[in-house]
Amino acid sequence: MGKAIVVTSGKGGVGKTTTTAALGAALAQRGEKVVVVDFDVGLRNLDLVMGAERRVVYDLINVIHGEAKLQQALIRDKRLETLYLLPASQTRDKDKLTPEGVEQVISALKKNFDWVICDSPAGIERGPTMAMRHADIAIIVTNPEVSSVRDSDRIIGLLDAKTVKAERGERVEKHLLVTRYDPARAEAGDMLQVDDVLEILSIPLLGIIPESTDVLRASNLGTPVTLADKQSETAQAYFEAARRLTGEIIPVTIPSDRRSFFGKFFGRKAA
Amino acid sequence: MTEVLTAPQPIRLKGRSFLALVLSPEMPFGDWLMRLDDLAERSAGFFLQRPIVLDLDGLDVDREQLRDLLERLDERNVRIMGIEGARPSILGPDTPPAMSGGRPASDIEAPETDKRAAATTNAKPAAPEWKPGRSVPSIIVSEPVRSGQSLMFEGDITVVGSVSSGAEIVAGGSIHIYGTLRGRAAAGSMGDTSARIFCSKLEAELVAIAGLYKTSEDMQPELRGKSVQFWLKDDALLAEKLG
Repeated sequence: MGKAIVVTSGKGGVGKTTTTAALGAALAQRGEKVVVVDFDVGLRNLDLVMGAERRVVYDLINVIHGEAKLQQALIRDKRLETLYLLPASQTRDKDKLTPEGVEQVISALKKNFDWVICDSPAGIERGPTMAMRHADIAIIVTNPEVSSVRDSDRIIGLLDAKTVKAERGERVEKHLLVTRYDPARAEAGDMLQVDDVLEILSIPLLGIIPESTDVLRASNLGTPVTLADKQSETAQAYFEAARRLTGEIIPVTIPSDRRSFFGKFFGRKAA
Repeated sequence: MTEVLTAPQPIRLKGRSFLALVLSPEMPFGDWLMRLDDLAERSAGFFLQRPIVLDLDGLDVDREQLRDLLERLDERNVRIMGIEGARPSILGPDTPPAMSGGRPASDIEAPETDKRAAATTNAKPAAPEWKPGRSVPSIIVSEPVRSGQSLMFEGDITVVGSVSSGAEIVAGGSIHIYGTLRGRAAAGSMGDTSARIFCSKLEAELVAIAGLYKTSEDMQPELRGKSVQFWLKDDALLAEKLG
């Protein structure tokens, strides 16, 4: 029996889809069987980031409505044998996501995969609540700025109220992933510090992903960032996060800006 | 178990007590509504977007005036769930039901025919009165109160954790927060002027005791980030650093 993860945030544009793809590819590279599920019906993106947009035939809604079998809708990644994608529908309405249908699909996937990673749409309406409903684990993606933090806080409240686990009196395991962290701006005080974010949200930290152009480049290539350039700082941060998800204990290091440090150093010397 | 139940199960009605906010209008209503608008504007509808009981005790209003007042409150999104202290003659089917006393409610098994009437008269939203010196019910919440969550309780509320921006705590008694208060806290919401608010770190959007409130702009800047208590003295909301 695998585990269902929801990657969620409340706010849009914080890096949910990037994170879903990157963690999926990172776990699959460890030999785990992974499926990434796009819940963003009508605004799907995960197929693009995974480089599978031309291979979509059937989607989540087709499966829920019995128009296709689950096996027909799953797209196997060309680079990683154990990585699959279940795309969202781009043309149909998000109201077509029924609670019973979602439950059936998730439990079928959990039987066949080690990890079922659900990419939640932004917001707190039907789409996100459907995506989180059957989750065992939630990854809350947050940017170090106030509106993202507040939206994440709201989502954590919903995870404690509207999931199947919560209704059974259990808890959804929650992890915070701080993305788009810019060390230079954090030092200059333009961004919230990681400690402040942790203090407000008070859930354990899964990792800090530095802001990087690698992410944009990888997305445009249709490659998860953990496949595009495995040595990049971003990819390394995602690999570490994936290892923490599997239960390894690795201390989190806050990315620092080496250049600005030297800049300051030389700047001081010149003065 | 030899008896076979053939008779239909009676409808179960349960009494439950809710914490309701009580508005006491004053004559003339025009002036009072202006003050209400001012309050709503300053506290962003904090008191108004929830079920409210209208207390007409001691007011000489006729049916027309009441209907007019209800209409004007409705325009302001103030939903009146019941009316207290009104003469029965001015209430009708088009007004919210009359409410009285705050007796604790108990389980009631009512016959099917008048279940609706029983539901409205017995599910009293008023909470029991208490006198100083009597023990007050209290709850302890040992996790953070998140943005968008609202915690209401008729007695004391203790939160071991923070209260997020966009969250609110409404207590009939005092409020204790062992964490950062970033959201809103309203103590003594049923008029208990001896209620207090304590927090280990003050970043609040709004605090209120017995209906008197302060927004973050009204608080002394040196209290920010400190552990602070609030209390009422002679109708003034006072604050002081702790420890």
